[in-house]
Amino acid sequence: MGVALARLAQWTAASYGTGTLEITPLNEILLKEIIIFVEHFIYDHPQEAKFSFVEPLEWKTDLEPSAFESGYIVSETTVTSEEVDKNGQPLLFLSVPQIKVRSFRQLSQLVFIAKDTKLKEAQACVEANRDPVVKILGSDYSTMTEDSSAFNILHKITSSDDPESEMKMRIAILLKQLDLHLLSYILRHISLQICLNPEPVKKDIELLKSFSGKGEQTVLESIDYTSDYEFSNGCRAPPWRQIYGEMCYVLVKPHDVETLCITCSTEGVFLNGGKTDDEGEIDYERKGEVYKDLVTFLKEKSAKFSENMSKQDIRFNEEQQKNQIDEVPTYAIRKSVSGSDKNKLEKNQINFRKNQMTRRLEPSLNWRTTVDFKDRKTPAKDSQEEKHGGKLEKTRTSISPGRAQLLRKSVDKVEEMASESSSESEEDEEPPDHRQEANADLPSEYWQIQKLVKYLKGGNQTATVIALCSMRDFNLAQETCQLAIRDVGGLEVLINLLDTDEVKCKIGSLKILKEISHNPQIQRNIVDLGGLPIMVNILDSPYKSLKCLAAETIANVAKFKRARRVVRQHGGITKLVSLLDCAQNSIEPAQSSLYETRDVEVARCGALALWSCSKSYSNKEAIRKAGGFPLLARLLKTSHEDMLIPVVGTLQECASEENYRAAIKAERIIENLVKNLNSENEQLQEHCAMAIYQCAEDEETRDLVRLHGGLKPLASLLNNTDNKERLAAVTGAIWKCSISKENVTKFREYKAIETLVGLLTDQPEEVLVNVVGALGECCQDRENRVIVRKCGGIQPLVNLLVGINQALLVNVTKAVGACAVEPESMVIIDRLDGVRLLWSLLKNPHPDVKASAAWALCPCIQNAKDAGEMVRSFVGGLELVVNLLKSDNKEVLSSVCAAITNIAKDQENLAVITDHGVVPLLSKLANTNNDKLRRHLAEAISRCCMWGRNRVAFGEHKAVAPLVRYLKSSDTNVHRATAQALYQLSEDPDNCITMHENAAVKLLLDMVGSPDQELQEAAAGCISNIRRLALATEKARYN
Amino acid sequence: MDQGALRKLVNSISKTVKSFKKSEVECLIKLFHSFLEKTGNTGLDQSTFREILHDVFGMTDDMLMNRVFYAFDRNKDNYVNVEEWVRGLSVFLRGTFEEKLKFCFEVYYLNGDGYISREEIFDMLKNSIHQESHEEDADEGVRELVDLILTKMDYDNDGKVSFTDFERAVRQDQLLLEVFGPCLPEAKNCLHFEALAFRNCNF
Repeated sequence: MGVALARLAQWTAASYGTGTLEITPLNEILLKEIIIFVEHFIYDHPQEAKFSFVEPLEWKTDLEPSAFESGYIVSETTVTSEEVDKNGQPLLFLSVPQIKVRSFRQLSQLVFIAKDTKLKEAQACVEANRDPVVKILGSDYSTMTEDSSAFNILHKITSSDDPESEMKMRIAILLKQLDLHLLSYILRHISLQICLNPEPVKKDIELLKSFSGKGEQTVLESIDYTSDYEFSNGCRAPPWRQIYGEMCYVLVKPHDVETLCITCSTEGVFLNGGKTDDEGEIDYERKGEVYKDLVTFLKEKSAKFSENMSKQDIRFNEEQQKNQIDEVPTYAIRKSVSGSDKNKLEKNQINFRKNQMTRRLEPSLNWRTTVDFKDRKTPAKDSQEEKHGGKLEKTRTSISPGRAQLLRKSVDKVEEMASESSSESEEDEEPPDHRQEANADLPSEYWQIQKLVKYLKGGNQTATVIALCSMRDFNLAQETCQLAIRDVGGLEVLINLLDTDEVKCKIGSLKILKEISHNPQIQRNIVDLGGLPIMVNILDSPYKSLKCLAAETIANVAKFKRARRVVRQHGGITKLVSLLDCAQNSIEPAQSSLYETRDVEVARCGALALWSCSKSYSNKEAIRKAGGFPLLARLLKTSHEDMLIPVVGTLQECASEENYRAAIKAERIIENLVKNLNSENEQLQEHCAMAIYQCAEDEETRDLVRLHGGLKPLASLLNNTDNKERLAAVTGAIWKCSISKENVTKFREYKAIETLVGLLTDQPEEVLVNVVGALGECCQDRENRVIVRKCGGIQPLVNLLVGINQALLVNVTKAVGACAVEPESMVIIDRLDGVRLLWSLLKNPHPDVKASAAWALCPCIQNAKDAGEMVRSFVGGLELVVNLLKSDNKEVLSSVCAAITNIAKDQENLAVITDHGVVPLLSKLANTNNDKLRRHLAEAISRCCMWGRNRVAFGEHKAVAPLVRYLKSSDTNVHRATAQALYQLSEDPDNCITMHENAAVKLLLDMVGSPDQELQEAAAGCISNIRRLALATEKARYN
Repeated sequence: MDQGALRKLVNSISKTVKSFKKSEVECLIKLFHSFLEKTGNTGLDQSTFREILHDVFGMTDDMLMNRVFYAFDRNKDNYVNVEEWVRGLSVFLRGTFEEKLKFCFEVYYLNGDGYISREEIFDMLKNSIHQESHEEDADEGVRELVDLILTKMDYDNDGKVSFTDFERAVRQDQLLLEVFGPCLPEAKNCLHFEALAFRNCNF
């Protein structure tokens, strides 16, 4: 008991003499256990309970004498127990407020009497009797220490057989047992709590710090130490406080509570008195409960912290665990030391080292670069930091996920928009950096290259040139060599050489860079090291071979967005465009320099670089502004394939934009593109076809292709299907060209339709999209529809209706729709269940597919036998169509109106769609300005009038007045459809009144004079209905 | 020098040196004499010539300048006479690839045996590496560099570079023309010189 009380009870710190017990959970447990012991003593050990203490336990009690009942002699201010010791002294004597107790029996009684205040009494007793064992048993027993006690007790037992000392012994043993019990009990409690030490506390604080800051999403506003000085043991508390186990003090400002001054001690975390006003000293006194750690404490104190913390919990816990893992090895060692098991210790140490190794290995791959290349230029370091910064950013995003992500998204979008292009996306993912590991099995080239780089660094011009020439003897196309050059720091040196005045060094360096920059990683490294601006400057060099090499290297490096941007921002596009001009100045002074090449070569390299750069939108613009198109057009007239491929490639990239297509047309480029379709070079053919594909959206261009005889080579290229890229480009060109009727006729002459049908199977999707698109255009022509059917094209087309490629579906539905115009083909489509497939495409998420499918359904319904029955057989089909009227896509709405017009031709189906609410939905659409929609809407309304009281319903849903306004449109098709609809609606008198009110008569009168007979009739019919109503009214009034 | 003698000289030189016009040859002769005036010799001695190489053509390496002097001085009388002067400049300024190839080789194979030996290469390259640490290390570095260049250029593996070796290597990689040190003026210096020298030419 002594030990337990002395060592474990938490006495108020730093007080001597009569200290007071603090009210901590631990002390409470301690006292409760003591009370239980005392309470049970009388039953468990009745003999010992009678033993009278050597000295009474004495303390100030709050008990009133009146509380004592039988067995006590009670006066006003005193209580004396009836029970006395052998000397006649009472075993309990109370003289308010002092009480003296001399036996366990009396103590038990007292506890019983005290009832609710027993805890308080026990505390007072313990506080007043700091060494109860001595008082109970006498001073001999105070020497009892834990290790020698058993021996002492044994010794005392043997040394005397006095019954009293035997009794004392028994009590001593009992007390010893209580002590042990208390110790183990409390230990169990303590072990539940984490005993803190500086390291985890520090990590907790750092972690919290990283989650703190301004803004709603952070867990805290701020968290700071009160002292910047950290002692070597990791504590920040002053030494005289460290002896109390205090480690540091932190000022925490949560979002919703005032600043808290917190003590972190080994026992836990608690609120202290805060900073005193004078001198900023801290009031160290504990002001609240002790918590096991900071997070628990703050969760208790700040609701906001707790809320935000729960959002971050997963992350935070992960971090904490990581920290704890860091701790594990040291723990293990400590444990094994205390177990003094040498083997184990060694093992653990090995483990420890291993752990550290594996942990260090990962980051080291990244860090090594900075270690190895101290002389790296700063951009490299920047990129490293960027990477680390990236990580940091990640943590930030998780703090405020919503906003940051949104921000990033929008940034991405801007980037995307800034440089979107046909061929850009796929190659733009920056691959992760793979650095060769230092101690992995390095190829012998690595060491040889390292030696050469040493000469580059330390040699003069002569040595440098020799090293550069020797370096080129390695196979620079091989990735090992490429990466070796980079990994030994060669890239930096090579780029630095470009900045010197030594022409030979520049040439040698560029020759190497040109080769190794085929590697995507090297491309990124070159950009990171700031190589591009230097190369752009070299484009101005008087040495043509230098220009060429620089342009070629730029062509290789500018394979990704960031690089292309750098080229543009440093004025590279203008310089590259001026390289194209070189080929023109044929009468140049023949400079007899060694490092000259032909002007044509300079232009070719310029074109090559422009081709790479032209994949970004802004660069296309820059090329145009720099006057690149006339130059490209001029170069197109040459006959060198080497020159033509990059030139056509650049043109083809630029042709993705509308205004460049205009420029291309203006520069008479089409003619030369067509000419080069006849080239032998497959790549050139591909790029020419691709350029035509891009440009042929324009009608004039399509005609130009035909006039220059481009259709025949296109048709004949269809027969070679091995090169899929070229096939895709050629079929694309054919598709776009076949938008013009004259071209379709030509293609039929060249038997291209049959070949296209043959390409409907076993082709990649890129080809299929174009083939089907071309067939869709061709089948607008009756003769071609027949050809497609006869060649067995319907079946593969219908089969393609089950695909998922959006572009392909749009084209397939169009083609199937075109074929369905032919009743004979319709029979085949129907047999193949094509209409059902089309109908199910109305559920496709893409509006383009929906619209295209709805358009295709129109001829199907028109030409199918028993169309009404067929339509009804699609369960839920009509409801689906009617609901599509809720779409907000104009094309979908127009197509669905057209479909409804066709569906409504069948009375029964009209009844069904009326039930599905087609009238209000159509009426809702009436206020549109889109002429295409107006026309089909008017037609649908006109059809739907044919059922029940739909005419009246249209009037009720206010569809009539807007329809009248359609008559002011400039489109005759709209006029015709509207007049017909009005004619149908005018069968209802109320509608006539609405029309009249909206001045329809005058407009209709104009229509009567139209050359369009249907329009005439409908307008006249409508006027007659209105007139007849007016007459009837007059007549009624007159009568 | 009187007009008649000058014309005669111009004519005789123009017979062997085709890359200059007669008027240009005349200018070069005049220039030669203006250099001579200061010395009073009949030809340019080594130090005067080196001064010209340094001041006009921007050359810096003493050893190589000496070697260039010997290459100019075809008759080995330790003076560059007027004919040697014009002939040498024609290689400098207007030389074809072959002429320059030959000139460079002549500069490099100093001792006249028609080969560039390993020792000669070492001599020429010994200052090519900046000496930071011990001299032995630097020598070791140079030796390795010599090995490197020999494996590259010594096609017939006889431990020395013949003209055939040299020509083959340079044709494969033109950067190797001045492999053992700069011995031709840079293009911009040539242009500069021509502009100055032919300034007073009457075309």
